[in-house]
Amino acid sequence: MIELRDIRFAYDGATVLDGVDLTVEEGELVLVSGPTGVGKSTLLGIVSGLVPRFSGGRLEGDVLLDGVSVVGRPPRERAHAVGYVGQDPAAGFVTDTVEEELAYGMEQLGLPPETMRRRVEETLDLLGIADLRHRDLRTLSGGQQQRVAIGSVLTMHPRLLVLDEPTSALDPTAAEDVLATLTRLVHDLGVSVLLAEHRLERVVPFVDRMCLMTGDGTVRVGDPGELLAASPVVPPIVELGRAAGWHPLPLSVRDARRRARGLGERLAPPPVPEEQPSTDGLEAQGLTVVHGATVALRDVDVRLPAHRVTALMGRNGSGKSSLLWALQGSGRRRSGQVRVGALDPSRLDAAGRRGLVGLVPQSAADLLYLETVGEECAAADGGTGACREILDRLVPGVPDDHHPRDLSEGQRLALALALVLSARPDVLLLDEPTRGLDYAAKRVLAGILRDLAADAHAVLVATHDVEFVALAADDVVVLADGEVVSSGPVRRVVAESPAFAPQVTKVLGAPWLRVDEVVAALDAS
Amino acid sequence: MTTRLPRDLHPVAWWLWAIGMATAASLTTNPFVLLLLVAAATVVVVARRSDQPWARSFRLYVGMAVVIVVVRVAFRVVFGGGYAGTVVLDLPAVPLPGWAAGITLLGPVTRESLLAGLYDGLRLGTIVVCVGAANALANPKRLLRSVPPALYEIGTALVVAVTVLPQFADSARRVRAAQSLRAGETGRVAGMRRFLVPVLEDALERSLALAAGMDARGYGRSAGLTPARRRVTGALMLTGLGGICVGVYAVLDRTAPRYLALPMLVVGVAAAVVGLISAGRRVERSRYRPDSWRWPELVVAGAGIVTGLLGWWVSRHQVPLAFPDLSTFPQISALSLLGVVIAVAGGLCAPPPPSSYVVAVPLRQEVAA
Repeated sequence: MIELRDIRFAYDGATVLDGVDLTVEEGELVLVSGPTGVGKSTLLGIVSGLVPRFSGGRLEGDVLLDGVSVVGRPPRERAHAVGYVGQDPAAGFVTDTVEEELAYGMEQLGLPPETMRRRVEETLDLLGIADLRHRDLRTLSGGQQQRVAIGSVLTMHPRLLVLDEPTSALDPTAAEDVLATLTRLVHDLGVSVLLAEHRLERVVPFVDRMCLMTGDGTVRVGDPGELLAASPVVPPIVELGRAAGWHPLPLSVRDARRRARGLGERLAPPPVPEEQPSTDGLEAQGLTVVHGATVALRDVDVRLPAHRVTALMGRNGSGKSSLLWALQGSGRRRSGQVRVGALDPSRLDAAGRRGLVGLVPQSAADLLYLETVGEECAAADGGTGACREILDRLVPGVPDDHHPRDLSEGQRLALALALVLSARPDVLLLDEPTRGLDYAAKRVLAGILRDLAADAHAVLVATHDVEFVALAADDVVVLADGEVVSSGPVRRVVAESPAFAPQVTKVLGAPWLRVDEVVAALDAS
Repeated sequence: MTTRLPRDLHPVAWWLWAIGMATAASLTTNPFVLLLLVAAATVVVVARRSDQPWARSFRLYVGMAVVIVVVRVAFRVVFGGGYAGTVVLDLPAVPLPGWAAGITLLGPVTRESLLAGLYDGLRLGTIVVCVGAANALANPKRLLRSVPPALYEIGTALVVAVTVLPQFADSARRVRAAQSLRAGETGRVAGMRRFLVPVLEDALERSLALAAGMDARGYGRSAGLTPARRRVTGALMLTGLGGICVGVYAVLDRTAPRYLALPMLVVGVAAAVVGLISAGRRVERSRYRPDSWRWPELVVAGAGIVTGLLGWWVSRHQVPLAFPDLSTFPQISALSLLGVVIAVAGGLCAPPPPSSYVVAVPLRQEVAA
């Protein structure tokens, strides 16, 4: 129904897309995948019409909607056929309650009131959000917002849904909800879906076809099983399949589990994690944080030993950010105490706090305010060059004269991390650092965190990404509704709660966490 | 009686009601009438407001009104020396240099000057409370949604502005917290820059995302509009605007030629109306669950208008009652009293607001059980 023909797109002289052909058929779920910065969002924007209208750049080629060229027409003239949901659904909300938001698009199309009324009710039921109908959009959780955003385009009865990273900001359970909703739309209503996603492990099992962007401006379209065999970005399950020599590659945990029968026995005994002597780090007891009438944290005890990376997990709105800010000392706490050595960070001034506990906030861009990377570094260390040195150690080769906003997600995160680390804190806290990072960048980040821990730092990283936790963390703390529900070494916690288990654990059982462990064991046996 | 079942009253009705009361308040300095009007507004707000966030703003307006009264009276004490009447507090006058002639600092405080300040402050405070009542009772965004179709774009722009403001406060708070996590210049200008650059970048990005989101959802679809029609509409609107400007100027400026006054104003208004209709016809959009206008709306709006008219009549025909002498105890007109009673009764005719916007989940569980 929608067809891209020989699309070429250049931005500021740099070619992003070079001769892309892609067709999305009726009732198909197509995944766009590839490393960060390869032009996934650009491709989706061209389909919805937002590129080049809202981004600038030069577009050549043709976009056909049911055989009619729509390439020169603005997004609003395609709204009845193509529904677009951006990366941050909350940023695209126009009205203030769920019901009005669902009706907004239909009002623009000028549909009669009875039709609007009927479709709003149908959509509320279809997405399971009927009990949210009068809620203020800003009070919804991330998963609910995402479903409302999908609903708000669905009411226009589009035939193609275009979604840019619909699950990247969601906790594992909410992500599964959204994906289940999408598959239901594809199966029951015959809607076509085109989505971009970094976390392939979540979506690959649901996908009909895959469009792999290779980085040189071209794409390869085909069956996910075949494309993933040679893809630079693959979910852990495919990596495991490649290592074990399975063919065809498994795409879902269920497939892999069937293949893995017997593999467990062939492996050498699982590695026994050596317990490090836990030395001092940060210790918090009885933390309670209250925002207005809501209790964000209730009597939480946390210990962050030096030399270890601790992961903080929990669904959206469970109090992870509140805990990080309270530990850093900037966030106000109602009661409880925090100790780093003999000091309480909340009793120090801002400079003293950041010398003790560093925090990289959720939107790392909030830290940046100067025009070039060099200026940012100089402002952070007072011209001693220490910050630049840290940045080079984290991610070598970030040019001094670049504007921080022009860096890739990973580089910008590294810059923010360097700015925070240049105060030489003993404890480092990171809030959702893996947002928008591809597998390679996540692996680099995991390496950085491991190095920091080896360097006697205590590290706490709040994240939704179970695969990243398996890669980077020693311990896990799981928060729910402001209370700690489980904490301990990764292997134990993950074995106890299947929702937080990485794919390798789901396939091979409890002690195994990462593909590289399995590979090492395979080599050993 | 389905019209009195819990529902949201049309926002325009609440605003007419409040404007009527504010008119009555602006046409009197009688403290008792003013206090009664404040009481009337408060009673109706307490009885008919919903539990949405904007409904809590009433307290803010009452606080503002109190501040206005206090400031007015305080000014009378500080600058009100030299007012004839009964002295209640004999403060020494502070001599001021010659260039400040005409202003007296402190000096004897008279009862009359205090009362004048109090009455004046009360009048302004009552108007503020009336506006606050309208704000608490009617969702300001719903009011903006009821603008005529031709002004739809302006209405949307206002809605977006109203939405973006709290987000702006949000991002300001976030950036302030984040900036304390890193070292950098702390001077006044540099500190300002540290704070403003990320906030403005954030605001710009949000606006772009919102614009993109609105466009992707069909905002501003022009269903087969020819350029000629667009030009005609534009010309009509411009003529209308020009005509109104010239007309209003000529009406106010007595020295301007008379043929520029009323005729020009009439032509301008006519052109603007035709332009609005022409522009409205091109907007091919419909409204989801529009606010209905039924008899409670009529009663509420009517009550406000009657109160305003009664206030106007009293101010014209019973001047000593509307603007009481400062040296005697103020009397109250029966008609003013009637106006207040009508305002309260009319306001209470409105249906109660929907009980709670948080849908009762337990109810569903009961059904399931």
